[in-house]
Amino acid sequence: MNDPISSNEIPPGWMPIFIAWIVVASATLGSLFFSEVMGVPVCILCWYQRIALYPLTFILAVGLFPYDPKVVRYAGVLTGVGWLIALFHVLLVAGVIPERIHPCVQGIPCSETHIALFGFLTIPLMSLLTFTLVAILLFLAQRMKSS
Amino acid sequence: MNRKILFISVAGLLLMVFTVGVMRFQDRKVEQQNESISKNLNALERSGVPIKGPTDAKVTIVEFLDPACETCRDFYPLVQQLIDEYPGRVRVMVRYAPLHSGSDQVVKMLEAARYQDKFWPALELLFAKQNRWVVNHTSQPMRALALLESLQMDRERFLADMKRPEVAQVIQQDIQDGQRLNVQATPEFFVNGRPMPSFGYDQLSRLVKEAVAATY
Repeated sequence: MNDPISSNEIPPGWMPIFIAWIVVASATLGSLFFSEVMGVPVCILCWYQRIALYPLTFILAVGLFPYDPKVVRYAGVLTGVGWLIALFHVLLVAGVIPERIHPCVQGIPCSETHIALFGFLTIPLMSLLTFTLVAILLFLAQRMKSS
Repeated sequence: MNRKILFISVAGLLLMVFTVGVMRFQDRKVEQQNESISKNLNALERSGVPIKGPTDAKVTIVEFLDPACETCRDFYPLVQQLIDEYPGRVRVMVRYAPLHSGSDQVVKMLEAARYQDKFWPALELLFAKQNRWVVNHTSQPMRALALLESLQMDRERFLADMKRPEVAQVIQQDIQDGQRLNVQATPEFFVNGRPMPSFGYDQLSRLVKEAVAATY
């Protein structure tokens, strides 16, 4: 692999992965801020999304040094799964999916939202946007690599 | 720019933003708490609640506790240690915050024990044998009652006292005051009206030390 880390030339596809890493790292810290600092309760669907989100921080970072284009493949699976759960969660909050089929137990209903930044940006919506953004960036990285 | 340097600076920046955010949030929380305490000073100390230590002590630790709470149990000897460390200067006022389900009944037992001067032995016994009557973070009042029988109180009187309207009133008042002071977890301590900046024994003993230095 002729990709010396110290070289100033940025290989094709590296930048989108790096930006995706910034997005997931910010999302990870943000979600920890909500639950651990602000004390917002974490529902089960949020946990499933966290399972997909948190490892991305490490997988993408490892894929950057040295740059390994295959990271798109590994990160893509997590992003896809996280995106689907986030979509389900957003639909649940919006009331499109009826309450009775949601899988929440132990007193923290997933259909309840605690935070709405700027009046509309709830945590599940932020999650869906994050996964969407990461998916687009991974797609871009793939395109730049193959072109 | 070197990619590695770029990565490390962004990572550092994110962590810095996070840390500053945490600190600012906590500062704001303490500020809000101080504000709600100064607005609700009369909710902090009530006459007629259980007090340990000299009545004329100038430093008062108000402790909101739940007898079913493990951390309250672990703090109990530490609070006693603080009373002993500053003889004659520190007292503890116990307020109830029965947050565990079933604890409301157990708190009534503690109040009933007060009528037979057995409050502290009852509390100590409940803490010492907590695992016998708290199952999966839920209080089992019947088991607590069985445990308290070893204190040899007048059983008939005890059961009658538990039903006294004054007992219910004291507990209701404590719950209400706890809500006004934003007590969301137990134990919660206030030393001469000041809450702990963050939770921990060191923070509590520092507050007491400062309060003693300020009043004596």
